[in-house]
Amino acid sequence: MIQINNLHKSFGKLDVLRGLELTIDSGKTVAILGPNGSGKTTMIKSILGLVIPQKGEILVNGNSVKNNWTYREEISYLPQIARFPENLKVKELIKMVQDLRKTLSDPEPLISLFGLEKFLDKSLRTLSGGTRQKVNVVLAFMFDSPIIIMDEPTVGLDPIAMIKLKKLIKEEQAKGKTILITTHIMSVVEELVEEIIYILEGKIYFRKSLAELNGTVKKIGLEGVIAEILEEV
Amino acid sequence: MIKILKYSIYDLGRSHWTFIYFGFYLLIAGTLLFLGGDVLKAIISLMNIILILIPLISTIFGIMYFYNSRDFIELLVAQPVKRSSIFLGQYLGLSLALSVSFLLGMGIPFLFYGLKDSGQFMNFLSLILTGSFLTFIFTAVAFLIGLFNENKIKGFGLAILFWLFMAVIYDGLFLLSLLMLEAYPIEKLALGMTVFNPIDLSRIFIMLKLDISALMGYTGAIFQDFFGTATGLTITILALGLWVFIPVYGLKLKGNAKDF
Repeated sequence: MIQINNLHKSFGKLDVLRGLELTIDSGKTVAILGPNGSGKTTMIKSILGLVIPQKGEILVNGNSVKNNWTYREEISYLPQIARFPENLKVKELIKMVQDLRKTLSDPEPLISLFGLEKFLDKSLRTLSGGTRQKVNVVLAFMFDSPIIIMDEPTVGLDPIAMIKLKKLIKEEQAKGKTILITTHIMSVVEELVEEIIYILEGKIYFRKSLAELNGTVKKIGLEGVIAEILEEV
Repeated sequence: MIKILKYSIYDLGRSHWTFIYFGFYLLIAGTLLFLGGDVLKAIISLMNIILILIPLISTIFGIMYFYNSRDFIELLVAQPVKRSSIFLGQYLGLSLALSVSFLLGMGIPFLFYGLKDSGQFMNFLSLILTGSFLTFIFTAVAFLIGLFNENKIKGFGLAILFWLFMAVIYDGLFLLSLLMLEAYPIEKLALGMTVFNPIDLSRIFIMLKLDISALMGYTGAIFQDFFGTATGLTITILALGLWVFIPVYGLKLKGNAKDF
């Protein structure tokens, strides 16, 4: 379970998060939507302890994330932009991340799923954006963590890899994991997600389950629904 | 932290620069010893070289390595690893790699020349000790500057400026202030000012150890006069230790508060 109370974060004069409140129950799959710069990534990074908030509290499975690092054992994170040490080989990178986390991992099926065998001995510098993202997916999914956080996971992936990723996510859902996704691609949301959280200007603007929206979604599509809700105000 | 240290040493072990650095000391110490033929003289010449060069190389390596490993750091901070271990591990990795290159590059020619029988072992050791201190100090400051500045050009500029200040400008200001305040008893001021420059501290440490009053300079002479050799040595070592501790502690504090 992830619990966020009154989270504030500003970068200089720019207030990104303004009193964000959020609870995500275990075993739920939730999409975080919102326009560019609304604070989605900042929120996710706060949960991971990458960004240090000025005010507020975040609990992951009951443990405060402040000055704590052990809780990250329970989280797999797929960052938005894959940044790797460029002169390492793919194989070495995977080994290194395995070495850093004590939990069991199984990268082999994922490597063959995404056809990465032939890249294992290449250095990360030489890989294309899509291939890097696949490596990124392997790094996140090779651990059996109860919480998975994905920040725009489909960026740079080709349609086939995207279908594979969706299948992977569905398998993880079946295992009862808590999953957080930010994305701008509505088909991903419709296919995978139970609940939508819409962030606007650093606050939760609305939170609705997909079932609740189902009738209208069929008529005008998910984009249409969100546009309608935003116009209501 | 040990794991991070391991990866950073592994990474540096594959870098050519570490070996060039090692080769440079090998060459210069070998040349001075075998052409000059006097261990003490070689130590004094080497001291003048390392007092300028080690800070410069450590600063440049430190800032370059820090910026180059930003991707590595960003990967690590999302993993279940303690933040301070990441920065301290990387810092120790670089400082150790540089110190070991320095130690081996100096040690091998000295051993071959016959350091054991020359009676200069302690003097050689003090050279190695101050060299290592300077490596740890200037690498830490470079890391700290890198951590505070996202902008690489600015960080690089500040790091070089810091070296330039400590290696050149500080002495100029020091002399200028001594000249201007000639009429006053300024021994204590001079002593105080020395503590704020690790390069001066190192110079005084070696001078006190070698006991060459002619080369000691104004501050060295005051130091010896004021504290005597033994206390002087202790104080310089303590001050150098503090020069390592403060930036490393800053590294830990800033590292824990930084957003990625």
